[in-house]
Amino acid sequence: MEPHSEMVHWFFATGFLLLGLILLSQAIVGEEVWALRRWRVYLWPSIAFGLGIVMWPVMTFFTNSAIHMVAHGAWAQALMGAGAAELGLVHGKLHSRWWRLATPIGILVSGVAFLVHEQNTWYFARSAFLHHLIGWTLVAGALLPLGRALRPRSAAFQSGFALLFVVVAVMLYCDRDLAPVFGHLSPLAGVPHR
Amino acid sequence: MQSQIVTHAPAVRTYRDSRTRIVSALGPSTSVGGVLWAIVQPYRVTLLHPHHQGVWWLIAEPPLLVIAAGIMFSLLIARPLLADLQGDHGAA
Repeated sequence: MEPHSEMVHWFFATGFLLLGLILLSQAIVGEEVWALRRWRVYLWPSIAFGLGIVMWPVMTFFTNSAIHMVAHGAWAQALMGAGAAELGLVHGKLHSRWWRLATPIGILVSGVAFLVHEQNTWYFARSAFLHHLIGWTLVAGALLPLGRALRPRSAAFQSGFALLFVVVAVMLYCDRDLAPVFGHLSPLAGVPHR
Repeated sequence: MQSQIVTHAPAVRTYRDSRTRIVSALGPSTSVGGVLWAIVQPYRVTLLHPHHQGVWWLIAEPPLLVIAAGIMFSLLIARPLLADLQGDHGAA
């Protein structure tokens, strides 16, 4: 028995919310205090990597078209790649600072994946609206981790990157399988179930 | 007498106090957000009407997930972080 698609969005929203809170607290206290306990520096890259892993079952069990499968698969790889690159950097296995570009690329791929696998128009239903909104938010928001990669000590980029996850979490929590958005619901979408 | 050290200390302490206050408020404010959401949209909390609900509807309740995220952050992340922040504060 599989959960509804909207529930999967809510679970991911919870992961994104935690990730946002972690990144926000890291930005507030600064790198020196954050690194006082070694496990903390592995925290957000591990969660990002883990979110990439759990995207694979989403690809497997929630695929209703080829484009869904490709989008979720690309998304899983991008999240895992970004998490792995950050893990390599904090562990000292990777040294080039250009590896930090894996995160903005991962966010950009995530945004494109949202946009590509939503084939309905903005006002078709709430889920379509939110997929477009989250997609464009992530595409534009990829500039924040890019700025963070180029200027790692910038509090503005660090805080902005953290808040990006919080904003996306709020949008994911708003997702419903079948519900109107601003009074609009296409008759082709079906009847809201609850 | 090195008066500059004396005059700068309160400013540094205030900055660190504000960081401590913000970090300690993140988890509770998140949980309060979840509580407010549950009050505004009680139909999204399936535990309030649990009969004849499937297991997923009992697990996936967005306001409760937000509250849980706030509690988890407070206990697992913020508490040790605040201890370190205050230790760093004491050392400075």
